[in-house]
Amino acid sequence: MNPAQFLTIFISAVFIYNVIFSRFLGLCSFIAISKETKPALAMSLSVMFVTTMSSVITWFIYRFLLIPFGLTYLRTISFILVIATFVQFVEMVIRKISPPLYRFFGIYLPLITVNCAVLGVAVLNIDMFFVNNKAVAGSFYYSLFQGICVGLGYTLAMLLMSGIRERLDLCNIPKAVKDFPLAFIIASIMGLSFLGFNGFRF
Amino acid sequence: MKKFINEFLKGIVKENPTFVLLLGLCPTLAVSTSLPNGIGMGIAATFVLLGSNIIISLIRNFIPDRIRIPCYIVVIATFVTITELVMKAYSPALNRALGIYVPLIVVNCIVLGRAEAYASKATVINSLFDGLGMGIGFTLALLLISGIREFLGAGEIFGHTMIKEFQPAHILIMPSGALLVIGLLLGLFNVLKNRKI
Repeated sequence: MNPAQFLTIFISAVFIYNVIFSRFLGLCSFIAISKETKPALAMSLSVMFVTTMSSVITWFIYRFLLIPFGLTYLRTISFILVIATFVQFVEMVIRKISPPLYRFFGIYLPLITVNCAVLGVAVLNIDMFFVNNKAVAGSFYYSLFQGICVGLGYTLAMLLMSGIRERLDLCNIPKAVKDFPLAFIIASIMGLSFLGFNGFRF
Repeated sequence: MKKFINEFLKGIVKENPTFVLLLGLCPTLAVSTSLPNGIGMGIAATFVLLGSNIIISLIRNFIPDRIRIPCYIVVIATFVTITELVMKAYSPALNRALGIYVPLIVVNCIVLGRAEAYASKATVINSLFDGLGMGIGFTLALLLISGIREFLGAGEIFGHTMIKEFQPAHILIMPSGALLVIGLLLGLFNVLKNRKI
């Protein structure tokens, strides 16, 4: 395990290959929920939680179930099933334990099941930290950390976007680009500024 | 017969999954850097849509209502795995170009959306035409976006240089170019739609 690797993972997951601006994962929720800051924050925190947990769970499944039994081609099916079950389970637990928290997060959790970012992180972890079906040294910690960082990148993009869109309410916008088209164009301009981080490539 | 044709055509223009329903944007934007990639993704998604629509429509009466979403996901994931294995075997270059976006067809909202909104209620033949139409609509949208991006961003179409001494705008084949193209296209379609009425 190499401590410098963590810095590399952080910078590349949050800035260089930001989930939204560079990998386009979770775009649907990014466009749909970024109208106001508060729901945007709730959504991004839930995404961060789920990406982190699903990184951990899928690592264990891949390392201790799929590789020993030679079932790596079942990766997609098993991951999506486990993630869907996990999200459903968390939703039930939150509803039981804390109704206020459920009102804050609850409606966003089911949406996360089909958020590409979550499955995307799991697949990326496997692609990056397993070489020839062997876990590289420290791959568990790398996967966990990458899960957190991708969630952070998503939060960053959501907060920036919702801040801008809140201000747009007061502007005079041409009718043709109102709402979604304008959101895409803004995201594109923000993506341009994120391109500046490309020079940091390690 | 006319009804089937209607089912087929609605996915192409009236309910185009990309431009009207705004579903499945992640793969649309990520792989549309060149025409071959766009076509490959379109065909893969069409196959998955067709297969999952037929199977889900066949078993729709056996699935308990409460656990229907996991059932749909298993069917869809099976077809995606088939696609992935076939693509790996016969076209490794395409598989490498599409990368993680092939397994991510599972979470493409179009496929699950059609399963939930259409195939779970309709007959097999109707679902077949619906899946085919939606898949072709998705492929056409990908063709449009990737054609624009490849032509303006690299000055090429299918890898052939079109106009000599044309200075391509590289920004369009970069990620933020995809967002710009789809934003402007959506705006353009809005203008056209408003003019008609």
